[in-house]
Parts: sequence; C-alpha cells; structure tokens
Amino acid sequence: MTGSHASSSPIEIRFNLALGEPATDAFTLDVDTTIAGQGITAIVGPSGSGKTTLLRCIAGLLHAQQGDCSVAGECWQRAGLFLATHKRPLGYVFQEASLLAHLTAQGNLDYAMKRAHRALPEGFADQVIEIMGIGALLSRMPHQLSGGERQRVAIARALLVAPSLLLMDEPLASLDTARKQEILPYLERLHETVQTPVLYVSHSMDEVARIADDVVVLDAGRIHTQGKLETVFSQLNLPLNKADETATIHTGRIVERDTQWHLSRLELADGQNIWTKDDGDKLGQDVRLRILARDVSLSLNDVSDTSILNRLRVQVTQIAADHDEAMALVQLTIGAVTSNEILIARITQRSVAHLDLKVGQVLWAQIKSVAVVR
Amino acid sequence: MSLSDADIATIWLTLQLASVVTILLLLIGTPIAWWLTRTQSWLKGPVSAVVALPLVLPPTVLGFYLLLAMGPSGVIGEITQSLGLGTLAFSFSGLVVASLIYSLPFVVQPIQNAMEAIGERPLEVAATLHASPWDRFFSVVLPLARPGFVTASILGFAHTVGEFGVVLMIGGNIPGETRVVSVAIYDHVESLAYSEAHGLAGAMIVFSFIVLMILYNSQRRGRAASMTFGARP
Repeated sequence: MTGSHASSSPIEIRFNLALGEPATDAFTLDVDTTIAGQGITAIVGPSGSGKTTLLRCIAGLLHAQQGDCSVAGECWQRAGLFLATHKRPLGYVFQEASLLAHLTAQGNLDYAMKRAHRALPEGFADQVIEIMGIGALLSRMPHQLSGGERQRVAIARALLVAPSLLLMDEPLASLDTARKQEILPYLERLHETVQTPVLYVSHSMDEVARIADDVVVLDAGRIHTQGKLETVFSQLNLPLNKADETATIHTGRIVERDTQWHLSRLELADGQNIWTKDDGDKLGQDVRLRILARDVSLSLNDVSDTSILNRLRVQVTQIAADHDEAMALVQLTIGAVTSNEILIARITQRSVAHLDLKVGQVLWAQIKSVAVVR
Repeated sequence: MSLSDADIATIWLTLQLASVVTILLLLIGTPIAWWLTRTQSWLKGPVSAVVALPLVLPPTVLGFYLLLAMGPSGVIGEITQSLGLGTLAFSFSGLVVASLIYSLPFVVQPIQNAMEAIGERPLEVAATLHASPWDRFFSVVLPLARPGFVTASILGFAHTVGEFGVVLMIGGNIPGETRVVSVAIYDHVESLAYSEAHGLAGAMIVFSFIVLMILYNSQRRGRAASMTFGARP
C-alpha cells in the first residue's frame, strides 16, 4: 500500500439517466468519459449539476436506464448487466455521518473487514486506523463521536472493505470549517499512502485544490471540462458557484529559504520564482500553490515601491466576463507566451477599459497572497 | 383472595397460550412487516387493512367467523380434518390460531414502524460494505429495529392474555384446554364467586401495569437509541 502508485486500468463510465417529471423539473445525467485509475479525481460543479447522481450511478445505488461502467478491468454495468451494489468492490463515504448506529466504531470497521472484497494485507487495518487517527475512538458508539470523528471512522471503514474504487460524496460538507481543517490533513495522508483511486465529489474549491490530481467539472448533468487540476483551474469559463473562488494551481519546488524574513523561494516548472511564507518545508520539496484570481492585480509597469512581494511579468492570453458584471477575468501566462504557467486576475471591467487591456499585451502582475495548499 | 389450584392452572394455560402466540407472531409478523416496509406494490394497502382489521372489529365478529371456518364444514375445518387433525374449534390449537389473527396488528405495526424509521441510508451503507440483502436484513435491519421487536413482543403477549370475546366464541371454557384467565373471571362472577374473581382480576391489573411500565420504559430507551443515527450529536 505504501510507495509506488502502480498504474491500474482506467475507470470507464457512460450514463444516460432521466430523473423527475419530463415536463417540469426534468434532470438528465448524460456522461461518457474515462477517468484515471489512480489518484484523486474531484467531481465539481454547481448544486444540482448531478455530482451525487453520478456517484450513485457508479455505485449502483441508482440504476441508469442506459449505462456502461467498468472499473479496474471489471464490468459493473452494460446492456443486460447490472451488478448489485453489494457485488461491486467499492467503498462509499456518504455526505453525512453514516456509521451503523448499533455498532461501536470498531464494530463498524469489523463490519467492513468481515466482508472485505479481498484479503487485506497484513497490518493494513492498523495502518488505516493510524492514518485516520481514530485509534483512541474505537470503543465508542457513533453518538459519542464528533461529526469529524464519525467521518474519519466512515472513511477508514470504506477503505477496510478493500475497494477497487473509493467514492466520496462531499464527505466534509456536513462539517464546520474547523472540522474540515481537522480532516483535510488525514485525506492528504490517505492520498500519499493508499493506492485506491478516489472519486471525490465536492463543491469546495479549497478542498479540491488541496487534494485532487484530476478534475471533472459537471454542469447540468453533462461534463463541462475535464483534465489535470492545474489545467482545468486555469480556464476562465468554469460554471462554479462562487466566482470569487476562481484560482490557479501551481506546483513549485523550494529552492531557497530566507531565514531572516521567514520566506521561501519557489521555482515553478518554467523557472519563474515565487516567494511565499516559510511554512517549514524542506529545500527541494515540491509544494502546491493556490493563487486566487482576486489576489492578482495588474499594472502596465513594474512598480517596485509596493509592499507586494511577488511581481511577475505576464502576457494576456484571454479576457472574459465574470458572473459579476462589474468584474472581468484576465487569463495570463507567466513570462513568455509559450509558458505553461497560467495565472488569472479578477479585476474590474473599468480597469480593463482604463488599462486598455488586449490579448498579447505584456503586463506586470502583482500577487497579493500565495497559499501553499500542499 | 387466594388462588385455587384450578385458577393457577388457568393462569398457567393463559401464559402458555400467550407465549406460543407471541413467538409464532414474531416469526410470522417480521416478514409481513418487512414486506409492508419495502413494497411498492398496490397490495400494500389491502394487506395493511387486513392486518389491521382486528383493531376495529368486535372480537365476537372475528370469533364467529373463525368458529364457522374451523367447524366441520368450514374452510379451515376441512383442511384440518383431511390432515387427520379433527377440528380446531374448542381446542388449544384453535385458540392459538385465533389469537394469531387477533393479535397480529399488535405485533406487525410496531415492527413495521421501527423498520420504516431505519430509512434507506443504513441499507445503502451496508450494501456498499459488501453485505447481501439477507446479510443486510440480519446485520442491520433486525438490530436497528430492536425497540420495535421489544414493543411488539410485549404488546402481542399482553393482548393475547387479555383477549376474551374470541376465546369465548371459539374456545369455550374447557378447564386445562381452553379456559383462560379472562373467561375464568367471567365464570367466577356469573357464579357470584366474587372473592375468586378478585384474585384473578387483581392479578391481571398488576400484570397489565407491569407490562405497560416495561413497555414505556423500553420505548424511551428505544427512542434514544434510534436518535444516534444521522448528523447531529
């Protein structure tokens, strides 16, 4: 379970499902795609875009009239075949706490282990209990656990059934911000140590930025965009609920630590430099950065008499309207136009007009804050 | 207000009858309750109504038709006769059959309510944990519906102990065979043996009070247990 992320067969899904009254509130899920058989793939989209419906179709909790689904080389659904949920080697973490109320935390884990799809490796259970930090909670009944603790037990339980695919339906949605922050590190550790591919439904861009490798964006039951996290997040037209959460994701390596000012210098893939607060990460370590579009401002010249540390030469590649009509989103490449590092600035339409911004124009971006998310 | 040997035999017979009926009703009522909980069939309404009939019918109506059915030319009577069992009327077996029907709603309904209260989610959870439908029934439904089974057992038992009209119609008053407490009290009063009637009637009041007290206490605990499901603490 540790170390190598062995590549496994991709997850192929195609669903066509109509729900509700056709005349009034019809919802159609119409999805046909292939998802990586490893790592965490986030499924995001506005409320009602079909994220949970898609997950339930994959789990067989909903029966799509037309559908194909194969996972890890095994067919779960096709014309004339519909494997019942309990015959699919999957793990499922529900949105709200779903521990079996008549069993202790340990009893819930045992319930899964007794029914595991294949023999668990020696010490696997102990490792999962350790990763999720629930060792001290095992003798408690579900109602004696906090919301966050219950969800950690539920995640551990889903892993202990030895799934080929782990489905997580907004596992943090029912928790407050503090509890979310409490669980996220466990999810990151899970990602580092467990090979099982994960489909992770979320509406929180913050969560997705921290843990996802790939992203599928759903809108009105269809796939809007799909791809690597960095690529998807660099697009301007994502149908996301909160426009002010628009952000780009960057991977950088720590190449310098400034002990006097407690700063770290990160080098991006194409050689650009970004300064960030020193969080104690080691030299040479790769970290993931999230830069919110609302924290990026633009100027025609490099203004050095400013408190802003990160000023980068950028080139405009696209200008788009924001959901808010006063605002605009400007897509930029850092450095040369051929660079793969894309930044998005969310500025007012008035500034776009005032600076007379055009595609191809060279500018300076000032980044007010950079968050190391992983 | 002491109890005679005959009265003690009557109490013993009553307890035997109620125990047998309760055990059989749990076995019969559980699948009926589960079917009523899960079914989408149009038959749900009619079946629920038939199960609930004893709640509204006078026991004499039920007893009357059971007597006809169990008689030599009745439907049940012909079957039992062809099996070489004779007729069920005025026998302990006949009382058991009649009590099964008479007390059925008191067992089915609490179990059904408890099963409905479980909801879909725990079953979905168990399905994602590789539990087959049978496995889910025994490992999730039965334990989570436990308060309903406690209520059903107590109500089924107590209601069988307390029945009078049906017994009188189809059981008669044969000592050691069909004479139960409620009929015996009626007998004592008829023969103006008030002291004996007091003995049995007082015992019934104490018994009923204790049963109901256990029931309400267990229901309070049951509610607390059923509230451990879901998102709140």
